[in-house]
Amino acid sequence: MSILVVDHVTKRFGGLVAIGDLVLDVAAQTIHSVIGPNGAGKTTVFNCLTGFYRPDEGHVVFREERIDGLLPDEIARRGIARTYQNIRLFANMTVLDNVRVGHHIHVTATWVGTIFNTPGARQEEARVLEEASRLLRFVGLGDQHERLAKHLPYGAQRRLEIARALASRPALLLLDEPAAGMSPREALDTMAFIRRLRDDLGITIVLIEHQMRVVMGISDCVTVLDHGVKIAEGPPEEIQRDPRVIAAYLGVHRVQTVPPADHTRGAS
Amino acid sequence: MRASGPNALRTGLIFGAAAVYLCLVGMVETFSRRWMIADTLSLGHVVLLAVGVGAGYVATSGPGGRRQRLGPLAGLAAGAVVGAALGSLLLAGAVVDLRVMFINASPRLYHILAFGAPLPDGVGLLLVLGAMAGAAGWGLAAVSPRVRRGFLSGLAAVLVIGVFQDLLQLLLQGPPLVTTIRDVLFSVDGPSASGAAAACGLTWVVIAARSRYGMLRRTGPSLSPSGQRGLQFLRWGLVLALLLVLPIAGGPFVAQVMVLVGLYLLMGLGLNLEVGFAGLLDLGFVAFFAIGAYTVALLTSRGEHGIAHWSFWAAVPAAMAVSLVAGVLFGIPVLRVRGDYLAIATLGLGEIVRLLVLSDALRPWLGGSFGVLLIPKPHIDGWELSGPRELYYLTLVVSGLIAYVASRLQDSPLGRAWMAIREDEDVAEAIGISLVTTKLLAYGLGGAMGGAGGAIFAVLVGSVFPQSFSLLISINVLVLIILGGMGSLWGVVVGALVLVGLPELLREFGDYRFLVYGIVLVAMMLFRPEGLLPAAAQRRELHAADVTPAGDPAAAVAVSGAGPGEA
Repeated sequence: MSILVVDHVTKRFGGLVAIGDLVLDVAAQTIHSVIGPNGAGKTTVFNCLTGFYRPDEGHVVFREERIDGLLPDEIARRGIARTYQNIRLFANMTVLDNVRVGHHIHVTATWVGTIFNTPGARQEEARVLEEASRLLRFVGLGDQHERLAKHLPYGAQRRLEIARALASRPALLLLDEPAAGMSPREALDTMAFIRRLRDDLGITIVLIEHQMRVVMGISDCVTVLDHGVKIAEGPPEEIQRDPRVIAAYLGVHRVQTVPPADHTRGAS
Repeated sequence: MRASGPNALRTGLIFGAAAVYLCLVGMVETFSRRWMIADTLSLGHVVLLAVGVGAGYVATSGPGGRRQRLGPLAGLAAGAVVGAALGSLLLAGAVVDLRVMFINASPRLYHILAFGAPLPDGVGLLLVLGAMAGAAGWGLAAVSPRVRRGFLSGLAAVLVIGVFQDLLQLLLQGPPLVTTIRDVLFSVDGPSASGAAAACGLTWVVIAARSRYGMLRRTGPSLSPSGQRGLQFLRWGLVLALLLVLPIAGGPFVAQVMVLVGLYLLMGLGLNLEVGFAGLLDLGFVAFFAIGAYTVALLTSRGEHGIAHWSFWAAVPAAMAVSLVAGVLFGIPVLRVRGDYLAIATLGLGEIVRLLVLSDALRPWLGGSFGVLLIPKPHIDGWELSGPRELYYLTLVVSGLIAYVASRLQDSPLGRAWMAIREDEDVAEAIGISLVTTKLLAYGLGGAMGGAGGAIFAVLVGSVFPQSFSLLISINVLVLIILGGMGSLWGVVVGALVLVGLPELLREFGDYRFLVYGIVLVAMMLFRPEGLLPAAAQRRELHAADVTPAGDPAAAVAVSGAGPGEA
């Protein structure tokens, strides 16, 4: 069953087509990778899914509800969370507060309750604290509560960003290059960690990644973009053998990289 | 090594020029009317000596300067140059009449500069004293930071006693024990030499003991929880007692000043909510102060513009509610505006409110430039809160309540959402924080706090005029939060005391206090940009490098990039 459907979405910036007529179907509780050379439009896809950009054409449907055109916070409330290619933590907040603020959409106490310190508000604070601590232990940062996010080492910052995203209890998690800048050993740990998100927490994951070893190791399905257009889709083993994908990545002559349909048109 | 000679001379020249400048603008003369140590040392001389010591310190404290064999000589030279600069001013004054250009170059100034000695001796004295001050500056640079801090704190204590001697003498009245302290500290003309020495030494000891205690606390066993609670309780009790006694001991003038501090504190707390917590720069904050004041004025006035004749107690919540609504309305047009543009937009909105109350169109209701008059003082059961002392207690209670609310909000889901917006608006939105609700709450609640300040202002003055709500107030409030430390509640308190209280208490120094103020503000931004009492996070951010070598394990790990969580 698909949890997310991207239905013929196009996004243009001026004359540049960042995404052209993209169709994407993400099955629930799978790991779906989006790959492609630099500038292929991968992050633009994420920005369209999370409401940062509004698609020029087409729809985005999440759990049978159209979400294109909603504000980012409204989309977050419906169960989509994300991380960023260049880590974007709340740098001057503590590790704990980064995760606690991630719970925001589940907080029901109002500021009035906070001021009067009502039992409801107190219980909720305690519950949020407990949940945040649990999440921090889950990502291996259980002993770092009071440090400022910006003082964490790189790998820990990546994991904290995921913990913050998980705090909203999303059904769909968009990870933008979670293994970027990691050693092979760290990348392996990250892969295991992402698998646990799917298997233990039942979260659907859409992943942008450049390290092929990671992509091919954990994906259930891989979509390949080039210049904003989908050029291949399928299980990892198929993608690895696909001549168009190899061409796009190795930068073989342009004629060989265009899809067959265009090729025949060009020849006629 | 090779460069140290010219370097010392250059430093000396710069500081010498500064000293001459301070003399010629008349600051030294004005300050010399105040004894720091009775019949021995005036504040004017202290300022000049400080310039000499500063020259010696700067000339020798540079990289490697301390270890140079010629360090003392460099300090000596720099100080002597400062002395020479002042000496040449003295000589120049004797030859030509500088008063044609510099009206402050009076005989009295020359008398002060020469320490009352005739001309040639005076110049020699200046050179010798300058050199000694410069050498002292070298000494200051050469001792360990701990000794330096203790010594400077001691001197600061003496300075505080000297500057606030009138106020302190007023406060130190009453039981025999208290008057004994006064008699030790002060003679008839000012602080006594023995008193100053005692204050300096005592402060030094306290500072040393505190840093020793702090080290113990970090390494050794800490105080039991109940002991800590007791200490906390004691500290708060002392602060509260001081606040309660202050207007009684200090008299109506001190109470008046403290009310003013309280008003700025209320505005500071409100603006801190917007700027410090949520990162929404606001240059039109005075609008809420005005709205609060006008609401109370219109609701309670016995004059022609009064519409309801409510009591003050009913009008205050109404004023806060109106300011809250105004804050929300104020926020709507600038929701999508960020950064520098937000500053300009809020500046405009603030001016709109001032111009509205000033306008002729609204004159029938708001009184135009004639304002709203005859605002009655608050009553409690027939007792009128009329004098500054009574209003001081009113301000104290209101400020306490508002500060409590602000502290509750800071550590709450809403407070964290504000901080997230401050850090990264886009990401905050993507984790589900509604920018509209959260920003409007910041403007609304901040506005309500400013409105509370305005409400008290209205009854304090007894009338409201548009001229009272100038842009300068917005700027002052912003400066006081920056000075105190953005996002820190105690910072707002300290900022209000320092920026509003001190200039009022130091009126006798005339406009020179603003000169000193300008210097202090620039120095603050250079050396302590996080403010006097910064929020914990900011302090860690800006001084992470200073903390690390001192053995803070967390910071050391952070810098080395090998956290225990990184496995």
